[in-house]
Amino acid sequence: MAEFLSLAQAMEATMRDGDTVAMEGFTHLIPHAAGHEVVRQRRKGLTLIRMTPDIVYDQLIGMGCAEKVVFSWGGNPGVGSLHRFRDAYENGWPNKITIEEHSHAAMANAYEAGAANLPCAILRGYIGADLPKVNPNIRHITCPFTGETLAAVPSIRPDVAVVHAQRADREGNVLIEGILGVQKEAVLAAKRALVTIEEVVDDFGPRSLNAVILPHWTVTAIACVPGGAHPSYAQGYYKRDNAYYKAWDKISRDRDGFLAWMQANVIAGGPQDFAKYARRLSAAAE
Amino acid sequence: MSDYTPSEMMTIAAARALRNEDICFVGIGAPSAACNLARLTHAPGITLIYESGTLATKPRVLPLSIGDGELCDTALTTVSVPEMFRYWLQGGRITVGFLGGAQIDRYANLNTTVVGPYDKPKTRLPGGGGAPEIAISCGEIFIIMKQAPRSFAAKLDFVTSLGHGEGGDHRQRLGVKTKGPTRLVTDLCIFEPDAETKEMTITSIHPGVTRDVIQENTGWPVRYAASVAETTPPTADELAVLRELHARTAAEHGKAA
Repeated sequence: MAEFLSLAQAMEATMRDGDTVAMEGFTHLIPHAAGHEVVRQRRKGLTLIRMTPDIVYDQLIGMGCAEKVVFSWGGNPGVGSLHRFRDAYENGWPNKITIEEHSHAAMANAYEAGAANLPCAILRGYIGADLPKVNPNIRHITCPFTGETLAAVPSIRPDVAVVHAQRADREGNVLIEGILGVQKEAVLAAKRALVTIEEVVDDFGPRSLNAVILPHWTVTAIACVPGGAHPSYAQGYYKRDNAYYKAWDKISRDRDGFLAWMQANVIAGGPQDFAKYARRLSAAAE
Repeated sequence: MSDYTPSEMMTIAAARALRNEDICFVGIGAPSAACNLARLTHAPGITLIYESGTLATKPRVLPLSIGDGELCDTALTTVSVPEMFRYWLQGGRITVGFLGGAQIDRYANLNTTVVGPYDKPKTRLPGGGGAPEIAISCGEIFIIMKQAPRSFAAKLDFVTSLGHGEGGDHRQRLGVKTKGPTRLVTDLCIFEPDAETKEMTITSIHPGVTRDVIQENTGWPVRYAASVAETTPPTADELAVLRELHARTAAEHGKAA
């Protein structure tokens, strides 16, 4: 049963040191405000799972929250490298991290298998590629019906999934619109789910009969954090802040500059700081 | 038209390879520019699909990321990422996948993972993303890449996605039924696989480019097809549409949200 809490309370209720954490959002609805809360609460030893670790995980890695990263594409989209991710992996700063690397198809399948309560996912994948040589979690299985060899990866079953969505109603049902990524699968695969939202509404109003809704009994905690996906975007609310993505390259390039920025903008800040990015582009549900 | 850059020639030559009836899986960056140029010129009916789940999208400006709102706003429909990879890509619905990469070898295998040893990287690259399965599940693959001696490598440090493997019938021996890379467009020339060996072989040279320059920018001894054409230079219309697209994109992405 979803409980409406402050972001700090929601994080305390759902995430512990050493947890396996999936913060998802495929360029859209990335839970940045929640990421900042992880940093403020100084979680340690996390295994961070995400198809596309970008700024949100660069910040957690640089602040020493992570021990391992499971991913399929790690970069600052359209800009370049993740400097904190690389510094941790290549130089052990602020701590050594290990990686488990997959393809997008494998991770998407693995989330779906987790949501479906299966131990593994199978796909026609990785043929002729080198990743299976460096990732022992990519194995193969023979189809019992056709004899075809298929790739298998363990399903993803996080301790906690963290996602951002447009709206929740007062019961705590959550509506997601636009590019959906793997958020529904991540929430259903996880033991606990924290959802940050743009707004609480009395009624979702007119919507598609097939709207993507997470029923309140699949969500542990909801925190209303308007603007909480910034610098990514929320369809129908605000656009992606491409200038911020470009600026991050410079902010994150050296350790001292990064730490100073995190101190000023995250440690000394709070979820209310995201409100300045919040807006509603359209009145009706899209 | 005489005044165009090698990069514009590359994008335009790549766009021309796409057909109106193609269902195209689009990589971000240079592939995205070529695919949208094709849609805005000779192939208005082309279906563009991005791995963020946007199906039949018609972006007005080029996306900076694979999941910009513009892609969703202008799509016929948007599906989840698992559905995209399972039903649409693995399901065999895509006729052509359009990829770029950091390194390529003579058999058009691609590396976007790491330069140097995997555990002790000289340069850690973003990783494969969708490419490993795009490379095997799309009907055929077009690749667009600027040519340079280090990126056109005699040997890859890591094979992120399969091209023609070790050449010949290697794909079939691995159980892959799709064609793999059928065209590699660079800022200097166009390569296509040799019918037998599958080595990427030059079939067309862009205007003003010499064979010496091509060799200087390739890490293996390049081979030429029996007959080598000169690439048709960009038309006034192709250039105008491409430049307008880039201008709209720059104006859009310069703006803060």
